[in-house]
Amino acid sequence: MLRFLASRILTMILTALCLTFIVFFLTNLGPNLEKVAKSELGARITDAEVESWLTRNGYMQPVVLRYGEWLGVVPGFTHEADDGAVTGRCIDAETPAEVAPTFCGVLQGDWGYSTVFRRDVSEIVARGLGLTGKLMFWVMLVMVPGALLIGVLAGMREGSRTDRTLSTLSIVTTATPEYVSGVVFITVFASSAVGLKWLNGSATSAMDDITFANFTLPVLTIALYGMGYIARMTRASMTEVMTAQYIRTARLKGVSFPNIVMKHALRNALIAPFTVIMLQFPWLLNGVVIVETLFNYKGFGWTLVEAAGNNDIELLLGVSVVSVLVVLITQLISDIGYVYLNPRIRIS
Amino acid sequence: MDPLSWTGAAGAILNPLLAATTLAFVVSIVSMTVLSFFTPAHTLQSNPDGSLVQQGGIYGLSEIASKYTLFALLAVLVAYIVAGVVMPYGNAGILGAISKQFTPVWIALVITFALSITFKRRLGIYGKLFDNIVGMVGFGLVMFWVFTAVFVGVFDMIATHDPLSQLSGLKNKVPGVPVPGAEDMAPGSHYLLGGDNLARDVFSRMIHGSWIVIQIAPLATMFAFMVGITLGLPAGYFGGRFDTALSFLANLILAFPVILLFYLLVTPEMVETGIPTYMAAVLFIFPLVFFAVLLNSRYHTQPSIRTPLLVVVLGAVGWIYLSLISQPGTVFNFMPGALDLFDIPGGILVVFVSVVFVNSPTIYRIVRGLAMDIKTRDYVAAAQTRGEGSWYIMLWEILPNARGPLIVDFCLRIGYATILLGTLGFFGLGLPPESPDWGSTINAGRGLLSIYPHPALVPAIALLSMVLGLNLLADGLREESLKD
Repeated sequence: MLRFLASRILTMILTALCLTFIVFFLTNLGPNLEKVAKSELGARITDAEVESWLTRNGYMQPVVLRYGEWLGVVPGFTHEADDGAVTGRCIDAETPAEVAPTFCGVLQGDWGYSTVFRRDVSEIVARGLGLTGKLMFWVMLVMVPGALLIGVLAGMREGSRTDRTLSTLSIVTTATPEYVSGVVFITVFASSAVGLKWLNGSATSAMDDITFANFTLPVLTIALYGMGYIARMTRASMTEVMTAQYIRTARLKGVSFPNIVMKHALRNALIAPFTVIMLQFPWLLNGVVIVETLFNYKGFGWTLVEAAGNNDIELLLGVSVVSVLVVLITQLISDIGYVYLNPRIRIS
Repeated sequence: MDPLSWTGAAGAILNPLLAATTLAFVVSIVSMTVLSFFTPAHTLQSNPDGSLVQQGGIYGLSEIASKYTLFALLAVLVAYIVAGVVMPYGNAGILGAISKQFTPVWIALVITFALSITFKRRLGIYGKLFDNIVGMVGFGLVMFWVFTAVFVGVFDMIATHDPLSQLSGLKNKVPGVPVPGAEDMAPGSHYLLGGDNLARDVFSRMIHGSWIVIQIAPLATMFAFMVGITLGLPAGYFGGRFDTALSFLANLILAFPVILLFYLLVTPEMVETGIPTYMAAVLFIFPLVFFAVLLNSRYHTQPSIRTPLLVVVLGAVGWIYLSLISQPGTVFNFMPGALDLFDIPGGILVVFVSVVFVNSPTIYRIVRGLAMDIKTRDYVAAAQTRGEGSWYIMLWEILPNARGPLIVDFCLRIGYATILLGTLGFFGLGLPPESPDWGSTINAGRGLLSIYPHPALVPAIALLSMVLGLNLLADGLREESLKD
């Protein structure tokens, strides 16, 4: 188990390094940097001025070196101007050159400064994660029990008309991306023109105070898309269990059908969906970005869109690191959990 | 000129019928689902005369009820369509007028289904689809959009207005609004599904959007399959270092949040650096490799067939490849204009490349898994004993035997590619903002969603029905292929 864990974590770190490097490379391409220089100095500067600004701020170094600086394993860039004033990556108004640390990167906890929000990246990311965490908590609370219930109901009698109805229903939900279900829900439940006007079409107020009216639609929109997939996996696992020998034995003993389902089948049928639920996180991240944009809920996904849309390099990097880590860690948990839950799997 | 109501004169009879059948259907479905948990399973009772009677009890009754109410519901829906086609324009309301516009599609659908059902025993897996209700519904939905796209894209039928032209006074107007200045009741005298926030016809834009989606999504999926198959087969068959390296790469891409990838790849700055063009050059070479290896491994023992075949096929595919990646204004601009077959606008190319890029790792993993499974079969061992080359075994022994799951996944993946395209449009990435594709139209309509829902709702439902059709089709195919 330890060796398995170690190799898994090693691969995870390697993957995280590769992915962050790719993001770093893509966000720091020439045209992006030019845009940064122009937004700092004004749009009408000449190419020579752009270049000198980039050189002064360390953007002209090789990209690998700069990645190292950003990560915090290479000493931060410093530049000595003609008048002797030293500027650099780790130097700002509060920490002058004399006391500035040599390394300042993600590993030291220095995530940079957002040019859009004019605040530290770590602060914005933490706030976004907190808000998205609330959203995800409610999504999970709706999605998981709902999906398991549908899956178990469909899977306990394979081929019956209930099975067909519920399977078709889960296909419908997997075929409805968030931006479609969101639009439909807003029209039906929140539109001031034709709808029922029961709920709010915007979740902005939910950032301070969650109520049924302002949070139901975003939660439902995300939960619905993932629900069908988990339900189908649960159904597949349930049908497999229902054909097992020990279920037949229980039936022949005369155990009633609800008892067979509840006491004999359910426990074994719920192993497989666990992994699926964990692997849903990367997909949910997609949904979160769409839903937060649609409902104007300023969480993590909304931050991603703002950072990417406004060429806010450091914020985008911070958001990417967090989202990549979330994906990788959930993958790790799902692997370990599967092994832990399923005694039939032996690790070599 | 009067605005159209939703159902017009036909609605007087059909609307109460629809309400009644819908209610009955919902009640029967709910009761069936609830009852399934409490009642015992079906039992068979043998009669003295030797026949069997199935005793469904109350649960069986609810099953039968749900079946017939479904049929009744479908019959009412068909009645709406038929009424629209038969009655003169305007008499059957908006729904009737829309149904009339779709007349060529209905005819094409009826012909397709009639021919397919007549000859279904001779059509292999495609014919078997017509034994399966779910598969048939899915196929019908998919073909509906395919026919719509072809009729509007090639013949310019169905749509009532130009997707880009704006008529003043029709901004955000509700469905059925008459066009100012139109005199007689004829197609084009109303904005059937209303106007959007730039006073364009929502219905025509939705119809024109289908052509964009139908062009990009299947083609992108096909390219992704070529990449996935060309890399996945050797990875599964040989294993070893090659497999480890490629799998690591595939996991790398899969761990990337899709939206982040889109935001990084599909920006004007990125197009400026030429990275999408380089990616296109790499990704689009896989079909070339695939065909070369496919034909060579089969015919390399008969050079008299092999050489001309390869020259012709690779010449054609190579030419398409070169004209695909060579675009004026990008890093690759080497083809003289006379030889360049077509130019793809930079925005579309980058959308295409990102959809292929996101989908190929998953297909790679599926193909690799299938290859690892199938390579242990006896017929592969027989081919190895015969002395066949590795590529022959992969492409002519393993691949044909893996076709079932791959066809099912192909349908699902077109649906997923459609969703991805919509996502790109929803965030305003890649395609131009005035493009009538469904994602961009939803994006344009979502600003005023709570006041004027129709401009966003119409493309949303179109996208939903097409993806749903593909998913149902895949489900039907899977069920039928499992029966073998």
